[in-house]
Amino acid sequence: MAATVTRSRKESGVSEETAREWRHWLRQMLLIRRFEEKAGEAYSLGKIGGFCHLYIGQEAVGVGTLAALRPEDYVVSAYREHGQALARGMSARSVMAELYGKATGCSKGKGGSMHLFDASLHFMGGHGIVGGQIPLGAGFAFSAKYRGTDQVSLCYFGEAAANIGSFHETLNMAGLWKLPVIFVIENNGYGMGTALARASAITDLFERAASYNMVGVVVDGQDVVAVKAAADEAVRRARDESAPTLMEVRTYRYVGHSMSDAAHGTYRTKDEVEEYRKRDPIAVLGAQMREAGLLNDDSMAELEKDVMAEVLDAEKFAEESPEPELAELTSDVYAPAGGL
Amino acid sequence: MAVLTYRDALNQALREELSRDENVFLMGEEVAEYNGAYKVSRGLLEEFGPMRVVDTPIAELGFAGIGVGAAMTGLRPIVELMTWNFALLAIDQIVNAAAKVRYMSGGQLGCPIVFRGPGGAALQLAAQHSQAFESWYAHIPGLKVIAPATPADAKGLLKSAIRDDNPVIFMEGEMLYNTKGEVPEEEYTIPIGKADIKRAGDDVTLVCHSKTLSVALKAADKLAEQGVSAEVLDLRTIRPLDTEAIFASVSRTHRCVVVEEGWPFAGVGAQVVYEIQESIFDELDAPVLRVTQADVPMPYNRALEKAAKPDPDRVAAAVRKVMYLEA
Repeated sequence: MAATVTRSRKESGVSEETAREWRHWLRQMLLIRRFEEKAGEAYSLGKIGGFCHLYIGQEAVGVGTLAALRPEDYVVSAYREHGQALARGMSARSVMAELYGKATGCSKGKGGSMHLFDASLHFMGGHGIVGGQIPLGAGFAFSAKYRGTDQVSLCYFGEAAANIGSFHETLNMAGLWKLPVIFVIENNGYGMGTALARASAITDLFERAASYNMVGVVVDGQDVVAVKAAADEAVRRARDESAPTLMEVRTYRYVGHSMSDAAHGTYRTKDEVEEYRKRDPIAVLGAQMREAGLLNDDSMAELEKDVMAEVLDAEKFAEESPEPELAELTSDVYAPAGGL
Repeated sequence: MAVLTYRDALNQALREELSRDENVFLMGEEVAEYNGAYKVSRGLLEEFGPMRVVDTPIAELGFAGIGVGAAMTGLRPIVELMTWNFALLAIDQIVNAAAKVRYMSGGQLGCPIVFRGPGGAALQLAAQHSQAFESWYAHIPGLKVIAPATPADAKGLLKSAIRDDNPVIFMEGEMLYNTKGEVPEEEYTIPIGKADIKRAGDDVTLVCHSKTLSVALKAADKLAEQGVSAEVLDLRTIRPLDTEAIFASVSRTHRCVVVEEGWPFAGVGAQVVYEIQESIFDELDAPVLRVTQADVPMPYNRALEKAAKPDPDRVAAAVRKVMYLEA
């Protein structure tokens, strides 16, 4: 192993740029993993309320796709969006504080786990109604086209949302009007406890793109490098050709649908979960980096330490942050008089 | 003042606001090439082009949501629903996205959008095409709900709705589009949330909006012949409700009948009655009554339909009751 570690980057065939990217993605994925584990723990202690859907297992999807975007592009997601919020650049503090419902949270404690927003990063929300954000994502792309900018819109939803009416209506219009939008199906195999094959007449969901005159692609969602490459191509198509893409990313969630649900049981076996864990996205990239001489046990331990410090800092920040003032109850219902 | 139809007054409002602000655009079924299912958008495609006057497929949920998304980025979409009956397919986007995005985001994002189209009954369109949904939307914090009765109000309020920074539900009427009225020649807007006394009177207040203004005015004519002086108060905006105007009028007349096209259960009138009894209970000389659509799906048969709708005779009968006069 030592020989691998000391191999020069030139020998490994990985450019400085690639090395920088991989390190960044590994850190982001690890941050999401440890953040989500901490969120699960805080939920179990009753510090986080409501629904809480964790992203554990799916980290490469958010990290790989968001790496392809520019700051001015738009992002919208469903309710399993903590990981995407972090990958978009929202601080662990602001996200954790929101989960705690604190005034310092990204949505001032009014949104919670399912409604993370950061307008400055064009992170246009987590949305709680399955498929509700699909037309919104097309709306951001419509706006970009209307205003003549080269912004693109990235719209996440689960494979189960591909069966809801808004999917069909929106993809038809996105194809018809050539909107610069990337629809990312995060196919984790199950809509809550219903396997895809029990809910969809076809299971190669990217093939549905043909109905909307758009490009459909499928990509291994446990390989962040592959996800980024596919996202780059989809973003290029949106930005340069104003053409939408339906991108099916095959991934897996190790945990239950939400914190209230068991990881396995009636709808999938423990063995299945264990099998998928063998292709863990963090391990996949880690192995690739070790192979290229970019990572060893020491640097991994260092990274773990660094990431844990950030998560613990976020937890402390959330714990110590103030509750929203009661006056916040009635603000933000309507625009203040005199404009936004 | 020019005499215009309600349709043309709306058309002027759209044209003026499209000219005034390039962030304003109109989208919906048949709004562009067909000139609008009810011709409200006549000529706009020609003047503003296909980017700003956008024909959509029949996909209410989808294009309502695309409008909401565009509004979240700062554009000011006007989404035409061919009728409010079809908006039931879009209501998830209106209620779960448009009305809530400001609150859920802690005030970071707004949604300056207008959803507009005809609501309520026309003639013999039967159960699925004859519904007045004002109270459905007025129930939702985050939305404003407007239902103008006259061409002048329609124009001035639509312009205000388009300039408003909140999602606005704007309910027109198929039976109103051909009605005529005086409309100021000069540029004007009418503030959202202000009721208007359409006929002054002393003995009873008739609270109405949209199509029931004409029902209330006809009832007031009949009542005048019987020596009863009815004040007709047109709400114009349902939410925010102009309770000040309601209280001022009822405090003078001490009697009130609410007339609306919707169903009685949890209707607009129920809210008006609640506000009155809570704030000016001592001013009342009689219980407040409501005249609504019959509590049934709208029948097709002409005579049955007529019996289901509020009419001047039923309003006059309710007034005689609150005045303790012989029926």
